[in-house]
Amino acid sequence: MTQEKKPTWKDAIQLGVIGGVLVLFVSLVGMVQAFDGRYIISETLTLGQLLLFLPPLIVGYISATRTDAQHRVSGILFGSVSGLVTGAILAALLLLGSAINLRAMFINASPELMDILMFGQETLAVATAVLVIGGALLSVLGAVIRLSPPLIRSAILSGVSAVIIMGIMQELLKITFGGRDWYMPIDDFLYEQKGLSWMGVVVTFLLGVAISLWRARSASRPKKTVVKTRSRERQRYVQIGSFVLGAILLLILPQFLGPYPSEILNTVGIYVIMGIGLNIVVGYAGLLDLGYVAFFAIGAYVVGVLTTTGSLATVMWSWWLALPFAVLVSLLAGVILGIPVLKMRGDYLAIVTLGFGEIIRVVALSNWLKPYIGGAQGILQVPKPQIGDFVFKDPEQIFYLVAIGIGIVAFVAFRLRDARVGRAWKALREDEDVAEAMGINLVNTKLLAFATGAAFAGLSGAIFATKLGSIFPHSFNLIVSINVLSLIIVGGIGSIPGVLVGAFMLVGLPELLREFADYRMLMYGALLVVMMLVKPEGFIPEKTHKAELTDRGDVDFDSEIEPIAPAITEI
Amino acid sequence: MLRNLLKKYDTTDLVMYLIGAVLAALVIYGSYQTLSSGKYSGEVWLDFIIFGLAQGSIYALIALGYTLVYGILFMINFAHGEVFMSGTFTAYFLAIYLDSTGFWNQHPIISILLALVVAVAVSTTIAVVLERIAYRPLRGAPRLVPLITAIGASFFLQYTFRGLYGSGVKTYPDVDALKGSWNIFGIEILKTQAVVIVASVILMVALRFYVQKTKAGRAMRAVAEDKEAAALMGIDVDRVIVNTFALGGASAAAAGIMYALIFKQVNAFMGFIPGIKAFTAAVLGGIGNLPGAMLGGLFLGVVESLGPSLVLDGLGIPAPYQLKDAIAFLMLVLVLIFRPSGIMGENLSEKKA
Repeated sequence: MTQEKKPTWKDAIQLGVIGGVLVLFVSLVGMVQAFDGRYIISETLTLGQLLLFLPPLIVGYISATRTDAQHRVSGILFGSVSGLVTGAILAALLLLGSAINLRAMFINASPELMDILMFGQETLAVATAVLVIGGALLSVLGAVIRLSPPLIRSAILSGVSAVIIMGIMQELLKITFGGRDWYMPIDDFLYEQKGLSWMGVVVTFLLGVAISLWRARSASRPKKTVVKTRSRERQRYVQIGSFVLGAILLLILPQFLGPYPSEILNTVGIYVIMGIGLNIVVGYAGLLDLGYVAFFAIGAYVVGVLTTTGSLATVMWSWWLALPFAVLVSLLAGVILGIPVLKMRGDYLAIVTLGFGEIIRVVALSNWLKPYIGGAQGILQVPKPQIGDFVFKDPEQIFYLVAIGIGIVAFVAFRLRDARVGRAWKALREDEDVAEAMGINLVNTKLLAFATGAAFAGLSGAIFATKLGSIFPHSFNLIVSINVLSLIIVGGIGSIPGVLVGAFMLVGLPELLREFADYRMLMYGALLVVMMLVKPEGFIPEKTHKAELTDRGDVDFDSEIEPIAPAITEI
Repeated sequence: MLRNLLKKYDTTDLVMYLIGAVLAALVIYGSYQTLSSGKYSGEVWLDFIIFGLAQGSIYALIALGYTLVYGILFMINFAHGEVFMSGTFTAYFLAIYLDSTGFWNQHPIISILLALVVAVAVSTTIAVVLERIAYRPLRGAPRLVPLITAIGASFFLQYTFRGLYGSGVKTYPDVDALKGSWNIFGIEILKTQAVVIVASVILMVALRFYVQKTKAGRAMRAVAEDKEAAALMGIDVDRVIVNTFALGGASAAAAGIMYALIFKQVNAFMGFIPGIKAFTAAVLGGIGNLPGAMLGGLFLGVVESLGPSLVLDGLGIPAPYQLKDAIAFLMLVLVLIFRPSGIMGENLSEKKA
């Protein structure tokens, strides 16, 4: 933006105000307070405080980014002004919050928040000064980090991130490895009761620095360009070997982790299956489906109705018998939904599918179908699957179910991607009209995408039903669709490894960090916006899609905004 | 003969017409059953229709925002429901403050206007900031990108306001002056509903005038017609787009205050369903078409109000009112499938393409 320009006072203050809005936002939305219980560094720094520190730091960093090499000092100076403004805005909140009861309107402007903003100071005046000066100092720090040589800068950033991540992970590590003998000394060394010990801070910081330096070194070394040529047979052996190894690892993983982490993995896994399914619809074929949860619900309800032994019992099949029906019914539902929306493109499709999803939910909730699917009370007592004497009853055993499900689904998705139909999907995504002109049967291709995606969701729903042991219509609201959409977007539209990463980030992390639960959708929303603005191809992008999304510049403006629906412009 | 027919309509068309015919049959059968059973009297039907008109005029005002933005940017501002929510939810705090001082009922007109001012200010700000941060940088990106951004923004705003104002449902204070009903030409109309219908008609006429007659409105239409040509004519396209978002935000805020008068209850998630319904209304009237959006809103409101008792009751579905939202969504799906250009929309796709 203002890369080559000398910064002006106006820019600095503007930046400071943006930082101020950020600190106000995290404070008033309640994040500061919610995260204040989690210590990053024992007795010293909480995650809530960190949230307050970040905006001035970032403001200083950006301020320094805007100045070029000749104006270093002024960069730091302007940065400090921005930080000062940010701090002053926060101080204003403190003063205002102490003087009048903001709580009548802002529910989170509580005495506890004011207490956090005092930063342990006795009097308001001192606390105000601390906030203002602290803001300025933090942004000077941010500016200094930005202006230091790249190697040092990335080392510092990596060290700091390592400290933050290890600080957040304390509880998780404890839950997972708490009982193990080998872990206790590590825990004692790194952590105090709450948060990292100073020793732990130093060690993790150095670890982060080391990782960054090592990466810098290996990046500067020229890459080996020798292509290893293995014989086909050996490749095959390697493949089989790694497959067997992976299978064994998966087999012992839940036993190793224990029930709680396995439960989380199962939740993540269910989302992975859905993600891979939606990835076919959205990622491969480019059809934005916001009602995806409907198929998930159908899969779960079919299993529920067919297997339940509760008051709504019908045929009381075993789960295994009900599973193919669940998948089949979902698949048919996919086709049925697919037929009417065949002629629709882009945003209209998104809204129609959203409508379908809501219709299914409203109907499931209503009294109309209550005798069959239980209305708001749902279906209880869905039995666990069983092979011989082996019952999949605990999270550790359900995990195998989930893992097999992911395996099948990922295999199918991989094979489909490179098959004829996969290429047809991709063509469809790029340009429907051209694809049709090339002889692709739009009807079949689209329906196949919908059907495959729906079948995967049905499978996921079937596993979900038995995992939970009961089905409630509230589990199937729009938020599930949005979650799945977010995770494939974060991971990278069209990329299967991306789905895994996205699911771990968006489903796994919030499960681990309870305080996040309340702010989960807030963050997803922000994440969707930020990803689309900054990195629309996702973290693990698929090649062609990335190319498609980044060549924005040379696209003809007019052809881009051609209306999909016949729109009348007489307004 | 048959072959010619089959050539003209492919299988998907046939399937769709079949679905349409079945639905039409169900609607007719259900209505016939209800009407012949004489369960509801004529007055009750009239009440349903008036209530439908009142809620329909709220949908219509929200729909204007969708239609204005779509007319210019060809994007669905998915977060528009949240623009509607933000103003109303914020104005609630002014309303209870005024109520606690007694001013609310001493000067109801001034109070409601004050609440309207606050709501308009907040909604307009949110709409404009949204455009600046989330949509403007993505102009010219593939179509799905701004849509996904809008979905993200929608959820972000919902949960932001939940965080700011709390998750509970808040209840607007009663307006004593609007209690009871008026008797107009022998028809009993609840005062709130009458006020809402009249006020929204006035607003819509004003908006129509603004777009048709003023210079800014003409610039808006020019940009909708052809951005590049408009820019060459010296129109600041960015500015016009900001104007459009602001106008949409303001009318959504007005709709919000009316919503508060009729339904009283507000919370952070109140915008979502009306947002989708208003979008339905916009599509019904032909998206991009201002009078169409108004008529679409009124039509949807009436259908939603009559549908459960008229059709579903006749089909023997218990507690039909629970399925009110399903009817609206079904309308949305049907309109998008069978007549995406809307009831009033003429097909201009050739010209645009």
